[in-house]
Amino acid sequence: MMTTFLHASLLAAQVLLALAMGCAVYRMLRGPRAQDRILALDTLYVNAMLMLLTFGMRTGTTVYFDAALIIGMLGFAATAALAKFLMRGEVIE
Amino acid sequence: MSHVDALSPMAAFAAALLVLAGALLTVIGSIGLLRLKEFYQRVHAPTMGTALGTGMILIGSMVLFSSLESRLVLHEIAIGVFMTLTTPVTFMLLMRAAMHRAAPGGGGEDARQEEP
Amino acid sequence: MKRWLPFPVLWLLLVLLWLLLQTTPWIGHVLLGGVLAAGACLALRRLQSPRPGATSGRSTLRRTVAAAALAMHVAIDIVRSNIAVARIILYRGTRNQIAGFLEIPLVLRDPLGLALLSCIITATPGTAWARYEGERGVLTLHILDLVDEESWIATIKGRYESRLIEIFE
Repeated sequence: MMTTFLHASLLAAQVLLALAMGCAVYRMLRGPRAQDRILALDTLYVNAMLMLLTFGMRTGTTVYFDAALIIGMLGFAATAALAKFLMRGEVIE
Repeated sequence: MSHVDALSPMAAFAAALLVLAGALLTVIGSIGLLRLKEFYQRVHAPTMGTALGTGMILIGSMVLFSSLESRLVLHEIAIGVFMTLTTPVTFMLLMRAAMHRAAPGGGGEDARQEEP
Repeated sequence: MKRWLPFPVLWLLLVLLWLLLQTTPWIGHVLLGGVLAAGACLALRRLQSPRPGATSGRSTLRRTVAAAALAMHVAIDIVRSNIAVARIILYRGTRNQIAGFLEIPLVLRDPLGLALLSCIITATPGTAWARYEGERGVLTLHILDLVDEESWIATIKGRYESRLIEIFE
């Protein structure tokens, strides 16, 4: 009974996270300014990371965990570089 | 029918609630990204997902895997530590970039909202 | 000792983080993690800028008590502000007109304390770190629900800053 509830809520969580990713993609495409797009991209990264974690919980393997960790790290590097670019026009000074 | 049948009911219930609440917070944060009307307000919305939303899903995952492998699985803490340390950096950089773009000459805080 | 291991606490934390990432407990992981963490600590010594000011002789117990109190307050505030921001997004949405910038004069000068304050402020939705001017010590925040400026200043200074000073200065 509890395992059915767990299955249902993991599925529901994935639907909600997909919705969240959709919101972030919409904001990324609409803008209106570059900082809005970068903020949306950062949100998209975090949502994708959470989505991978829920996939890992559904399948019971820890492989997804490593993928989530890498997405989190790459997302941080990408957002920091983009924001830096926005501020100065170049990434490495 | 799958691996979760081996779980204890308490752990399954706790993990389910935590994941559901975390996903709900994250989706509300992303909806805020759509509904709030200027950049400085939108900055606040995703922090719901990056802070408490991520934390809840990570704890849920820890509960599930610890119960599944009947030992403490704590490697989710690594993601948690990493997120709490990096989110302030990205948001600070983004805020500064936005303020820099809003005021080419001085330190004014009035933002132009339309793309020129 | 000081020469080969400049930051013992950081070294221990890095080894623990390395062990967390390994799925199987094995003595080799401890050794490899120890070597990697020592290398990271040595690299950090090159990067580190000197910390201004000496820390006062406050006892470890008082610092620990202050840190525990701070952690509890932050946990409560994160939950509370998440609920508040969710309400603003769902009910007020595009009609939210009261957001704005707020300047707060800070006494705290310790870089680690300021870093921790930035983590706290970012983790609580509704407050965002906008700018910090080091010479004047003025912190500018952007606040989503700026109805009462005085109570926001009281929250930041009373709940967080005073305890951070107790821990770090």
